[in-house]
Amino acid sequence: MHIVVCVKQVPDTKIIKINPKTNTLDRRSAPAILNPYDAHAVQAAAGIKEAAGGEISVLSMGPPQAVEIIKKSVEIGADRGYLITDRAFAGADTLATSYALSKALDRISKEHPIDLIICGKHAIDGDTGQVGPGIARRLDIPPITNVIEVTDINKETRKVKVKRKIINGYELIETEMPCLLTVEKEINEIAYSPMPNMIKAARYNPVIWAVSDLEDVDKTQLGLKGSPTIVGKMFTPPKPEGGHMFEGAAEDQVKQVIDVLLQNKELFSVN
Amino acid sequence: MQDNRGVWVYVEQNEGVIEGVSLELLGAGRKLADKLGVPLSGILLGENVKNLADEIIYYGADQVYVVESPVLRQYRTESYMKGVILLAEKYKPEIFLYGATPNGKDVASAVATDLSTGLTADTTMLDVEVEKRLLEASRPAFGGNIMATILCKKHRPQMATVRPKVMKALERDTSRTGRVIEEALEIREEDMRTKVLEIVKDVTKKSLTDAHIIVCGGKGLGDERNFALIHELADVLGAGVGGTRDVVEAGWISHDHQIGQTGETVTPKIYFAVGISGAIQHLVGMKNSEIIIAINKDPNAPIFGVSTYGIVGDALEILPILIKQFKHAFREKGGEMTYA
Amino acid sequence: MPEKFDVIVVGAGPAGTSCAYTCAKNGLKVLQIERGEYPGSKNVMGGVLYRKQMEEIIPEFWKEAPLERPVIEQRIWMMDKESTVSFGYKGLEWAQEPYNNFTVLRAKFDQWFAKKGVEAGVLLINETVANQCIVENGKVIGIRTDRPDGEVYADVTVLADGVNSLLGKQLGFHKEFRPDEVALTVMEVINLSKDKINERFNLSENQGCTIEIFGDSTKGNLGTAFIYTNKESINIGVGTTLSSMIKSRMKPYDLLDYLKTHPMVKPLIEGGEAAEYLAHLIPEGGYHSVPKVAGNGVLVVGDAAQLVNAIHREGSNMAMASGKMAAETIVEAKKKGDFSMDTLKGYKDKLYNSFIIKDLKKYKDATHTFENNPQFLRDYVPMLNRAASKFFTVDGTSKKDKQKEIMKTMTSERGTIKLIKDVYKAWKAVK
Ligand SMILES: Cc1cc2nc3c(=O)[nH]c(=O)nc-3n(C[C@H](O)[C@H](O)[C@H](O)COP(=O)(O)OP(=O)(O)OC[C@H]3O[C@@H](n4cnc5c(N)ncnc54)[C@H](O)[C@@H]3O)c2cc1C
Ligand SMILES: Cc1cc2nc3c(=O)[nH]c(=O)nc-3n(C[C@H](O)[C@H](O)[C@H](O)COP(=O)(O)OP(=O)(O)OC[C@H]3O[C@@H](n4cnc5c(N)ncnc54)[C@H](O)[C@@H]3O)c2cc1C
Ligand SMILES: Nc1ncnc2c1ncn2[C@@H]1O[C@H](COP(=O)(O)O)[C@@H](O)[C@H]1O
Repeated sequence: MHIVVCVKQVPDTKIIKINPKTNTLDRRSAPAILNPYDAHAVQAAAGIKEAAGGEISVLSMGPPQAVEIIKKSVEIGADRGYLITDRAFAGADTLATSYALSKALDRISKEHPIDLIICGKHAIDGDTGQVGPGIARRLDIPPITNVIEVTDINKETRKVKVKRKIINGYELIETEMPCLLTVEKEINEIAYSPMPNMIKAARYNPVIWAVSDLEDVDKTQLGLKGSPTIVGKMFTPPKPEGGHMFEGAAEDQVKQVIDVLLQNKELFSVN
Repeated sequence: MQDNRGVWVYVEQNEGVIEGVSLELLGAGRKLADKLGVPLSGILLGENVKNLADEIIYYGADQVYVVESPVLRQYRTESYMKGVILLAEKYKPEIFLYGATPNGKDVASAVATDLSTGLTADTTMLDVEVEKRLLEASRPAFGGNIMATILCKKHRPQMATVRPKVMKALERDTSRTGRVIEEALEIREEDMRTKVLEIVKDVTKKSLTDAHIIVCGGKGLGDERNFALIHELADVLGAGVGGTRDVVEAGWISHDHQIGQTGETVTPKIYFAVGISGAIQHLVGMKNSEIIIAINKDPNAPIFGVSTYGIVGDALEILPILIKQFKHAFREKGGEMTYA
Repeated sequence: MPEKFDVIVVGAGPAGTSCAYTCAKNGLKVLQIERGEYPGSKNVMGGVLYRKQMEEIIPEFWKEAPLERPVIEQRIWMMDKESTVSFGYKGLEWAQEPYNNFTVLRAKFDQWFAKKGVEAGVLLINETVANQCIVENGKVIGIRTDRPDGEVYADVTVLADGVNSLLGKQLGFHKEFRPDEVALTVMEVINLSKDKINERFNLSENQGCTIEIFGDSTKGNLGTAFIYTNKESINIGVGTTLSSMIKSRMKPYDLLDYLKTHPMVKPLIEGGEAAEYLAHLIPEGGYHSVPKVAGNGVLVVGDAAQLVNAIHREGSNMAMASGKMAAETIVEAKKKGDFSMDTLKGYKDKLYNSFIIKDLKKYKDATHTFENNPQFLRDYVPMLNRAASKFFTVDGTSKKDKQKEIMKTMTSERGTIKLIKDVYKAWKAVK
């Protein structure tokens, strides 16, 4: 079993604070982290490896600093990591991202055939969730999104069974390997990595590829050039007027609220 | 690219029932189509679903493309994607909208890749620039109380997924008529790599989106212990409980209670926003609620901008009083409260 | 069998990183363990970094380290309720290489410094707590961390785990602090534009200023306050010994709020936005509190060894110097292949012959003197302000008469003999 997990470096939105005056990011205190969903994706791979054996690679496209999140993935349980980094990749939207990643996956699979690809449900910086299915299409393998449990992996029949979250429930799906899963956070809890993994990660140097290391690449499909979507304008939504502000002591304000609510026959009626 | 004409809405049906967001999109799509002077089409896939075509027309479509096949009985990316691509390649729409549900996002992502076009995720505002026939799909931008308009200038169709509950459906109008166009999908079950073995509905879990009243707490409550006051007020009112992303990240409540861009969009009758600053990513998930009551100690918090009623004060002081007074009021009036 | 390192360093503050870096540069196999998310993530300092000791580790570090501003002016305020007597020194030579010292934000600086260590070959592991030294036959042979399979082994373990050194206490090297041995400092980082800072502190591009405040800054508690300028923010903080805080029943944040609204301070920070609150202990016991610093297979450096000069707010420099001395000792030990107490004791000798212990010895009674004589801050600072006010007010009295008058009121307020005694005591403590 060879599992490849796609991992992305994102700014930590938990820590990022927005300057209310300028409406911009205060990046000063915002470290870049492994996209939380991707951490669950690596953990899921580790779980599968434990059950079915095999090895785990992670793949990321990003700036050179993204080696950090590859190391983080090694802490969680990855055996190997690849970073594709090149000016030509910059400014990619989801279409161009899935293209670049699929080319890297082609090269990886030449050296180590891939059985399973796992992505996060979405990256917390853009929240699109479009890259995973995009990769699957480009490699022409079945995608299964919103996976909350991998129930079975059969190496002989090459079948995979998973639970996929849908509105109000889940569906049990079976598909064939190779396939691509995108995972929800519910799929697992990130384990506290054991010390040997930490030491391995601290030492680890990922494989780094530029565009020239990939084969059959159509450069017009990369980066900004290969991205059909662009940001047109940014705007602050018109400031809404706001409603009635109550005044007075806390007790009084609460009383006023309750009075309006209870007097509104549309909302409440006494039975 | 010049040949692409018409506005399309992907109509998601599950077991023969049309998703609400699809009807909302027909309403939004109608406006875009009228501005551009083109027809609005609904795209309907499934097994034995043709009977839904009329509904789609009642809600605003001029025509409905229908693909029926046994391989479309349940949603599967593989088969649905093929059906959609078949239609899109043949009839060439210029704008194509999908609901941002798990299935809607799934099929849209796959289709965008095959059609090699742009896809804007989780849109909350739609408009069109008529002269250039450009879809202006806006969504909260990462990093601030700011919206970004995403454009797809050189590729067609221009595609977007749109958040449920932010657009308005039209009134159902049974006098409307339209065309139904059928296409056949040449895939056999044997060619399918993916199978849906079982669908399990969790009926016990009441979705937050169905709640009439929601009490939502934010980081302003300080810690998980204080957050219990949110549950307590919700109990008194028989309300659902929500949280902001910060609160979910802090682990005070689970992710399925998150309201906002990356959580649920809700439109209850009454929404209590307690200790919530009102970041745009939160507002898009709740601002269409009927009555919004905001409690925040900062009089300049943006949440007051969308609130119907505002209380400036310490939530830890206000909540216990609210709980006490509601209890008292209910006792006073006798019996329980029901929703009209 | 888990692998064995030459050195394990616990903590990635200035002490730990100096030690780890120096060891790695000398070819040793170093594992450094830090409990924070990254080095510096939780570390706190008013923010003056001294050039000298840092330079001895990384020459010309100022060319690449994330520093805020070179300090070109140091002010001292003797502050009363509505006035302050101020003096200080501003020198433009400090605005040029090699500079004198710098303001820094520790979250950035520690991270950079640790990265230099990693580049030199240190294996740095974050988000991991060292829970216990593993001791075998009276020798420390490694540490136990909170991770699964969390034991790691080394010839020498260096405790650079900061002021509250849990590991040092476990080994019995030192006891729990007495409240008069530590100061609790709270500080805020207040964001303010570059232009406003330059204007308010009378600075030009890339020039920084520090203000140390005595007197009303602590509401009569034993301690001091400070205001330091960063690039686009200001560090403001106040610290007092735990004992005096307990005595006066004051909460640290109340003190900081008081300071921030003080009429002398408020105009400097007005309009700024609090970006961070931080609180940290400072070891102030000085010479008397220095614990055992060398044992069998183990060395203690930096705050963990209580190496702070409270009077001159020096700590990071002592941390770095001690870290480096420990590293040099370990390198020698490695050469000899002997990590016993005999060899490691070399560190203690180095330390005691250096400026560190000499300085600590010199000021060994300072804190106690002030603690036992609250009048220094409580009475003399206001007195000084009244005197200055009188002296500088132009009211037709001759300067000579003014001086006479000032002396008269001062001695009448506290009595001549007492005054002289007090001044002598204070002088002796800090001379
Ligand atoms: C890509 C992306 C997606 C996001 N998606 C979502 C999403 O789906 N949902 C979401 O909610 N957020 C989302 N966010 C985060 C969002 O930007 C905000 O950071 C978040 O909504 C803030 O949560 P909050 O209001 O609870 O906390 P804060 O912004 O910290 O606000 C706390 C408020 O409480 C007030 N307060 C403090 N103490 C008290 C007290 N004692 N009594 C009363 N009031 C008090 C304060 O004045 C303040 O206004 C997203 C962000 C990004 C970048
Ligand atoms: C408010 C304040 C202002 C100051 N101002 C100045 C100043 O202006 N100039 C100056 O030179 N000094 C100043 N100091 C003193 C200076 O900060 C310290 O002397 C210096 O940081 C000591 O360095 P250290 O490496 O020994 O300890 P620390 O910087 O405290 O580093 C200890 C490290 O060990 C880690 N750690 C602790 N326990 C464990 C464990 N069990 N396992 C793993 N990791 C652990 C910690 O997370 C930390 O990173 C100030 C101190 C304070 C509190
Ligand atoms: N630059 C990238 N490098 C590697 N994987 C990525 C990258 N961008 C997105 N992904 C993967 O695609 C998932 C969805 O991302 P997104 O579509 O951007 O929300 C992420 O969780 C990752 O698994």
